[in-house]
Amino acid sequence: MSLPQRKGASRRHRRPLALAVLVAGLVLTACAGDDPTNLGRVVDGDVPQNSLNPAGPIADKVDSLFWLVFWMAVVIFVIVSFGLVFAILRFRERKGVTRSVRQVHGNTRLEIAWTIVPAVILAVVAVPTLSTLFEIRTAPAPEDDALEIEVIGHQWWWEFRYPEYGFTTANEMHVPMGRPVYLTLTSADVIHSFWVPRLAGKRDAVPGRTTNILFETDEEGTFIGQCAEFCGLAHADMRQRVFSHPEAEFEAWALAQAAPATLPTEGAALAGWEVFQTQCISCHAIDGTSATAQFAPNLTHFASRTSFAGATLDNTEEHLREWLRNPSSLKPMTPERNDLAAGRVLGMPDLGLTEQQITDLIAFLETLR
Amino acid sequence: MSVALHEEHAHDPAHIRKVAMWVFLGSECLLFGTLISTFLLYRTRTGSGPTAADVFDIPFTSVSSFILLMSSLTMVLAHHSSVRKDYRQMRLWLVATALLGVTFLAGQVFEFTEFVHEGLTVTTSPFGSSFFVLTSFHGAHVAVGVLMLLVTALMSFTGKWRPDAGMDVELVGLYWHFVDIVWIVIFTVVYLLQV
Amino acid sequence: MTETAHHRGMWRWLTTTDHKKIGILYGITAMGFFVVGGIEALFIRLQLATPNGEILSADAYNQLFTMHATTMVFLVVMPAAAALTNYFLPILIGARDVAFPRLNAFSYWVFVAGGLFLTVSFFVGGAPDGGWFGYAPLSTQVTEVVRMDYWALGLQVLGLASVLSSVNFITTVFTMRAPGMSLMRMPVFAWMATVVSFLLLFSLPIITIGLLQVFLDRNLGTGFYSAASGGDPVLWQHLFWLFGHPEVYVLILPAMGIVSEVLPTFSRKPLFGRSFVIFSGIAIGFMGFGVWAHHMFTAGLGPVAEAAFSLTTMFIAVPTGVKIFNWLGTIWGGSIRLKTPMLFSLGFIFLFVIGGLSGVTHSIVPSDAQQHDTYYVVAHFHYVLFGGAVFGIFSGLYYWWPKVTGKLLNERIGRLHFWLMFIGMNLTFAPMHILGLNGMPRRTYRYAEGLGLDLWNLVATIGSFTIAASLLVFFWNWYRTAKHGQPAGDDPWDGRTLEWSISSPPPEHNFDVIPVVHSEDDFWHRKYTENEAGHAVTVTAVPSAPAAEGPIHLPSPSYYPALASSGIFVLLLGLVYLPWGLIAVGAGAVVTMWGLFGWSMEPLTREDHG
Repeated sequence: MSLPQRKGASRRHRRPLALAVLVAGLVLTACAGDDPTNLGRVVDGDVPQNSLNPAGPIADKVDSLFWLVFWMAVVIFVIVSFGLVFAILRFRERKGVTRSVRQVHGNTRLEIAWTIVPAVILAVVAVPTLSTLFEIRTAPAPEDDALEIEVIGHQWWWEFRYPEYGFTTANEMHVPMGRPVYLTLTSADVIHSFWVPRLAGKRDAVPGRTTNILFETDEEGTFIGQCAEFCGLAHADMRQRVFSHPEAEFEAWALAQAAPATLPTEGAALAGWEVFQTQCISCHAIDGTSATAQFAPNLTHFASRTSFAGATLDNTEEHLREWLRNPSSLKPMTPERNDLAAGRVLGMPDLGLTEQQITDLIAFLETLR
Repeated sequence: MSVALHEEHAHDPAHIRKVAMWVFLGSECLLFGTLISTFLLYRTRTGSGPTAADVFDIPFTSVSSFILLMSSLTMVLAHHSSVRKDYRQMRLWLVATALLGVTFLAGQVFEFTEFVHEGLTVTTSPFGSSFFVLTSFHGAHVAVGVLMLLVTALMSFTGKWRPDAGMDVELVGLYWHFVDIVWIVIFTVVYLLQV
Repeated sequence: MTETAHHRGMWRWLTTTDHKKIGILYGITAMGFFVVGGIEALFIRLQLATPNGEILSADAYNQLFTMHATTMVFLVVMPAAAALTNYFLPILIGARDVAFPRLNAFSYWVFVAGGLFLTVSFFVGGAPDGGWFGYAPLSTQVTEVVRMDYWALGLQVLGLASVLSSVNFITTVFTMRAPGMSLMRMPVFAWMATVVSFLLLFSLPIITIGLLQVFLDRNLGTGFYSAASGGDPVLWQHLFWLFGHPEVYVLILPAMGIVSEVLPTFSRKPLFGRSFVIFSGIAIGFMGFGVWAHHMFTAGLGPVAEAAFSLTTMFIAVPTGVKIFNWLGTIWGGSIRLKTPMLFSLGFIFLFVIGGLSGVTHSIVPSDAQQHDTYYVVAHFHYVLFGGAVFGIFSGLYYWWPKVTGKLLNERIGRLHFWLMFIGMNLTFAPMHILGLNGMPRRTYRYAEGLGLDLWNLVATIGSFTIAASLLVFFWNWYRTAKHGQPAGDDPWDGRTLEWSISSPPPEHNFDVIPVVHSEDDFWHRKYTENEAGHAVTVTAVPSAPAAEGPIHLPSPSYYPALASSGIFVLLLGLVYLPWGLIAVGAGAVVTMWGLFGWSMEPLTREDHG
């Protein structure tokens, strides 16, 4: 069994295998589509969602626990498979010559040994498992000054609320470095699971319940993840990004996010706001305006985000235009089954906007900085 | 099981069927166990609908429970008559058991109607859902039992029926007693402990 | 009973109550569904071969992964094990049939009804698409789409079939054993089949109620799993995994039983620590009911519950380890013949050790939160269910094929089959460990570029086609053997258990004379004895011919089981399309009652307990 490489996996080892699969690859490449997300541009590194590349003290603990158990398992595997292969080679019957075999029926002492030894090994593993478990599942104390964020799963995007600052954002979470972050998760519809592998293990967002994740990072940068509990049609396209900043930068970002939106007063942006009020207002909220609906992402500072549509599309004019023409062409959704009265939202409908309306709307969205 | 004991029972169809019925009832226990567990989880989740104390009429349900309990007695008497090969008596007791079962079912229908009038339906709250599904699931078992009792009684008139073959009285009795015992549990856990 | 004119051809198979024919029916049906489930898997792998694959839509992908799992679990591995159990359990314990032959036929036809019902959904608006685990409230969410109704009803009916056959097998084992066949003398495969029957008997009712609640939530507006009405979606997870984890052992224990028969035969040695192997199987069965919440380590059960289930999950590895060590003890010092059945059994041990060890890593709650619902888990359970259950079943197929058909499968093609499947299996599923640890969640119809998942996904796809090729090799072997296979004789492997004492294929009544059993591995002891040094010595004295018995009564064929189950099929279809489907519900119920009534009025013979 080959092992996933830790930081900076060497590509050299993979080359022979890569050559071997080249032919099949060429055939299949024809079937692959283009990649609007282009995650390689968002995050550096070969394997940005590598769960074995922890970026903080809590993730570190989990990581070292994994490697402890992994190496113990490797030792056991080597012993057992060596025994198996040795027995096959040593006791193999050759050329139809039947070896006279002693009819051994069992050995009670051996049985006791191979019952007790694994039990003892497991008991040894249990100790760090349980201590780590209780450690990472403990809610932070007030003196830890943890940043609390409420996470609400939706089909198929994430809502993040910062109660400390009083604002709501979507799909992109910003956190301070060196300060614990305590997420409280729930869901508006079905079960989702919040997972940013480099920061922490996943936790389910369950409707009617709350769960928590505690993490901390000491690395400045972008961490990506995606929903890990099957949540319907666009489960694969429900992603999230976490940006970590030094404390001061984070404060500045948070204060900017907490400010209400300033509405445009002239030009295409104003026309866009008019379109918004007729077409978008039943689902989207913009703080400080008459738009207060909670069915879809809060757009108060939409232009400050790097992505949209469940963090699957880069926030560019080109993507926005295509999205507004027909959202379901970029991300599988079934808005025809929406039922706002019953609180059921399964995607953004094709609103049948004219090109002019789309241009105006984009101009308006650009002002939401 | 020793060889001697084993041979004694080998190819005894009545014994084989009885073992099978016990095994099957073991599986049934888990069906009711799951339904009762669901009810216990949801017993207080009444939302804006009525609670157990609001709707349950303990004296009424006590009477219908007593009727079902009595049917176990008549079932024993039916089995006793069949062992004595007194098939006239046996038929009488079988029909009596079925009638008691039907009376219990009628009581359940009445009770359900009352609850619906008081605002508790299967969609009112998880309490309502789990209560109605559990008790009607049991009611369906009683109905199947009544059917088995009547078929057994009717078939005893035909030449095809032999006391040691097919759906014999002992087998129906095992099932009937099981359904009764389950009701005792339901009556205790669902009714008595919730008001 | 001799064949009459109207009991020939298809009709003979439709009305059969012979456990061997029913076993063959189960086997062929399972093989058919194996092809279906395999094609579903190949589509999935093609879609995932490259980032942003566009072969399948998200909608099609979700249907395919749901049906791949449902098919493989309920319509392939379970019926394949039921095929071998049906065919061999009565013979292994020295019986002429199961306790209730017509009930046995009914179980099979109900299984067929359920399997067809699930498959039909593909052609009427789409197959179930909420995962084989059907987590509420996703599975209860959109009521105007009936896909998950097919799933909820289909699984309930398949469960009914399994409960009925479990009752049948358990009754058979406890009442039909040959004289002298004490429980501890039963072959290990018979033991494991019994444990499996108990597991099904006690776990299926739990999921049946859960599925009923899902169905009612969808169709009647109950609030079992709706948070808005006060229900709790996590209840579904408890009910599902209370069934789902014992189900894992339902899938693997028959394979463990097969391996425990094959290894001694091909090592010319008795099973090492026989009673320990049996009791560890029973222990696994019991403990299997106490580990379910390790499937829910990310659902927020609280650290105390998580700690408890972490411990039980770790310790279920102990009886599993006991089995593996005893298998090693069995081949150690033996005279190992590397025939195809033996290759598959040895492959089973190797792959199962990997799957078992990765299973232990799931009990480590903190790191499981990273691996949960990723391809790491997909890798783990394919090592257990493909490397384990499927390899075990193929071992059993190669082992018992000569007994069932009278012809030996070709050894050279068999070896090619094994090595292709072994390599393909590792090529497909080993990379998935890495994919999971590298952050690829399950059940995603596409993955983005730049996640570093491209290479290993491509390798896995190539592996999956290698597996498909190995299966073609098997079918070729099947065809070739049917055409030109060599007659196997009664005892081609120098077997140890009773099935090798009768002709190949066995007569309809199995045994001319019900054998009297004197020891475990009774047939071996008729051929050999042990000298003082413990070595096998051929017995020269031929046992005297047993006294002839009276006439043998066999269960008569009956079309009522198939008729009753066809009614169930119609009834199910009606339930999906309520309220106007009520007509079909009524018609189906009438046909089912007709079948059951006709069945109960059919003349009985003393030996026919159906």
